[in-house]
Amino acid sequence: MRNKTDNINTGEYVTATIDGQLFGLPILRVQDVFMPERVTRVPLAPPEIAGVLNMRGRIVTLIDMRRRLGLRPRESDTAAMAIGVETRGESYGLLIDAVGEVLKLDDNAREQNPVNLSPELARVSAGIHRLEEQLLMVLDVDRVLDIDARAAA
Amino acid sequence: MDDLLREFVTETSESLDVVDVELVRFEQEPNNAEILGNIFRLVHTIKGTCGFLGLPRLEALAHAAETLMGKFRDGAPATREAVSVILASIDRIKSIIDALARDQREPDGSDADLIGELERLCQRVGAPAAGVESKPAVTTSQAIEIEDVAAPCMDGTQPAGEVDTAESVAKAEPKGGNQSIRVAVDTLDHLMDMVSELVLTRNQLLEIVRRHEESEFKAPLQRLSNVTAELQEGVMKTRMQPIGNAWQKLPRIVRDLAEELGKQIDLEMHGAETELDRQVLDLIKDPLTHMVRNSADHGLETPAERRAAGKPECGRIRLSAYHEGGHIIIRIADDGRGLDTARIKAKAIAQGLVSEADAQKLSDAQIHKFIFFPGFSTAATVTNISGRGVGMDVVRTNIDQIGGTIDVKSVAGAGVSFTIKIPLTLAIVSALIVTAGGEHFAIPQIAVVELVRARGGSDHRVERIRDTAVLRLRDKLLPLAHLATLLGLGNGSDHEQGYIVVLQVGSQCFGVAVDGVFHTEEIVVKPMSSRLRHITMFSGNTILGDGSVIMIVDPNGIAQAIGGTVSGQLAAAEVAESKPMESSAAETTSLLVFRAGSPHAKAVPLSLVTRLEEIDAKTIELSNGRHMIQYRGQLMPLIRMNEDVRVKGEGPQPLLVFSDGSHSMALVVDEIVDIVEDRLDIQVASDTPGVLGSAIVKGQATEIIDVGHFLPLAFEDWFRRKDRPARVERRSVLLVDDSPFFRNMLTPVLQAAGFKVAVASSAPAALEMINAGETFDVIVTDIEMPELNGYEFAEKLRADPRTAAIPVIGISSTVSAEAAEHGRRAGFHDFVAKFDRQGLIASLKEQSELDRVA
Repeated sequence: MRNKTDNINTGEYVTATIDGQLFGLPILRVQDVFMPERVTRVPLAPPEIAGVLNMRGRIVTLIDMRRRLGLRPRESDTAAMAIGVETRGESYGLLIDAVGEVLKLDDNAREQNPVNLSPELARVSAGIHRLEEQLLMVLDVDRVLDIDARAAA
Repeated sequence: MDDLLREFVTETSESLDVVDVELVRFEQEPNNAEILGNIFRLVHTIKGTCGFLGLPRLEALAHAAETLMGKFRDGAPATREAVSVILASIDRIKSIIDALARDQREPDGSDADLIGELERLCQRVGAPAAGVESKPAVTTSQAIEIEDVAAPCMDGTQPAGEVDTAESVAKAEPKGGNQSIRVAVDTLDHLMDMVSELVLTRNQLLEIVRRHEESEFKAPLQRLSNVTAELQEGVMKTRMQPIGNAWQKLPRIVRDLAEELGKQIDLEMHGAETELDRQVLDLIKDPLTHMVRNSADHGLETPAERRAAGKPECGRIRLSAYHEGGHIIIRIADDGRGLDTARIKAKAIAQGLVSEADAQKLSDAQIHKFIFFPGFSTAATVTNISGRGVGMDVVRTNIDQIGGTIDVKSVAGAGVSFTIKIPLTLAIVSALIVTAGGEHFAIPQIAVVELVRARGGSDHRVERIRDTAVLRLRDKLLPLAHLATLLGLGNGSDHEQGYIVVLQVGSQCFGVAVDGVFHTEEIVVKPMSSRLRHITMFSGNTILGDGSVIMIVDPNGIAQAIGGTVSGQLAAAEVAESKPMESSAAETTSLLVFRAGSPHAKAVPLSLVTRLEEIDAKTIELSNGRHMIQYRGQLMPLIRMNEDVRVKGEGPQPLLVFSDGSHSMALVVDEIVDIVEDRLDIQVASDTPGVLGSAIVKGQATEIIDVGHFLPLAFEDWFRRKDRPARVERRSVLLVDDSPFFRNMLTPVLQAAGFKVAVASSAPAALEMINAGETFDVIVTDIEMPELNGYEFAEKLRADPRTAAIPVIGISSTVSAEAAEHGRRAGFHDFVAKFDRQGLIASLKEQSELDRVA
């Protein structure tokens, strides 16, 4: 992490898999990674909201990324992980399948979204990186959190 | 020296805010010596302190301003021009103070322009002369004003012992015996955070001890608990501030705007003493200022336009604040031109917020909501005051941050009213923890009236009318819904298994069934995540003692949802949406719909019905030519609505039972159809006795029944028994209500109770009757009325020696402790809920008797 100023075009990303797809989140946006426990459902909430939980005295809103990204719902027995992010003083947890390593990627190598990307994904994607084995989609955290509550209700 | 300077800066800034307000008041009441004395003293103090601290620029300016004010005090007339120059000087002083705070020294520059102007005016005002003259006068006035003026013009943090004859010296050495001290806001905030944590920890401990029956920790923990509660209350108190603090600058702002725009604006402020948490206060200060500016700039028309529209030239901006069910409601209303719906629509389409086709389908209220979208401003010209594109969206963001909501109601040509609803504090409330649909929820204790178990055979029973459940609670029927159903968690358990929490919001009472009730707990309210704030059923969430998060149910949201029985929440939201502003006729009422004698629907307000009964027709007896049944050991007369209603010979006979004390009567009906929540707006009045008129209820033309007509039919002496005044002369009562329904409903009831009734459809109409020489023994008035509301009406009556002694009873659909308190201050003798017929009559008796004794 200390080397992040080596090249201003390099960004560090926390990787996560959701329904088999690899995603990257800018490391500066990631507060922590945790196992969500004692999640409280929120009745009448938009379907993307998985619930709320208490993290060291703060109330964290969990977002089910599978639903958010329009992917297949998770089989109930797989334990999920959550990536903690913050926006405007509020804490959110992005529910993912598994968290991976931290990658350093050249931002210049990032490519635009393919035009045939599903609208759910296109809405939150900040671009695609071609890695050796697979593709990595960079998530725009603010757009992920921009859930239109009114439309969902 | 640094400390001294800092203190000077803080104090002077506060004093200047006061001066601002006072000057605007002074301009309106130039003969009020007290206000002038106030201003004079403040400016004088500033001047004196400046001299002591070696701030020549400030001193010179303050001196010149003081000299001119000295002339006013000596009797010279205060012209608008002079006040403007003094205000300009105050502004200059402020900017110098700001620079002083920043750089610790006076900024360079000259005030010769203002000083020159002040001196010129001084000359022209003419009194013999210069600043030196006013000096001796200063000290004397100083001595007099100290007692009565010092305290109110400062906020509570002003050291009381500080006001001293030698004011400059007092600043230098604060003495012992001070009654208050200044504390940095950060310190209080930190304290509050710590207390919140302490409460959580205490709750955790309580939870642990609850699991161990015999614990030696019990007693000390109880003590800890009590101390925590007291500490919490104490800390909360230190943070409460009257909302007036946030309003302080407004009179000045409005005055300047009026001047600049060539408008006449009257700013009314009600409920300035309403207290709220300072953190909340800080966050709403700017939005409020912005909205008042908006009203003045966009909302109100120029005097010429107003005249043309047949309105008084002077526009009105009305700011009010009051408490309601754990929230503070702040309303900013103007009587201007209203929002320009067409332009907002056009702009929304132009900005791509809505497609043209969709826009056509939106109601006006929905279109008005676009003003809260980012970057939305419709001011055709960008004026100096507002219309810079950072408008209501900023206001909304600020309000969102504190878990509040904002709504707008606009009537073209009649004005706009913004209603902001914010939590009282971001802090701690007592809540009942319940379970429904497998989840736990917290219900604020403040809204809970009682907890009942409904079982067959007991006095409280759950009954069904079609699919609608109602709770029969003693002599009332309450709408009932299961919390799980309301929250979309399935159908919940059978009502007879669980508990029913009876809630009250305003005057609306209803039952919420839950599966189980645990205990009460002090919870720390945390605002809902902004992604969840649209859920009207919840007001926030909290962390319980066991570490889990639960939702806090919002009784207001439940009340709304219970209204729309079939289509649930959406319908309720629609209804709320379509309410035009401040019209009592638009409030929804629970109506019992039934059929009697014809296939057409008839309805009566549910709250008037004591009970619904279904009896075996065989038990109906005929006595003295009337139908009767034996009911609870008494004979109860059955009344047919009209000739067409047949009393059945056999089978079940549905009845609507109305009771008044020991007397009960029943109205024979063919069928009870449904209970619906709808606006009660009688559109066609009726000549038929017993029918008030027709209204549209759930899309159907429905006859609204006049219960007052049938009551005397059952007992000729209905209402006239013991409570009829013994005297032959009848007491006269004036009934003021803008809703024809209530006028029609209450008039026969009051007449039956032995009063001579006169009615007026508005407060101005009532005042006209009084001015025309009519006299009344008692006045009964509605609160929510257009033009003049009930509080203002009462104040007007109090102010008039002819009417000051007449008892005034307020009737309102929302009777809260705060409203009652507000009413008492405005001069109401009593305050009764609109549907509480007996309460009203009892109150009338009492007031007219008191009057007689006096």
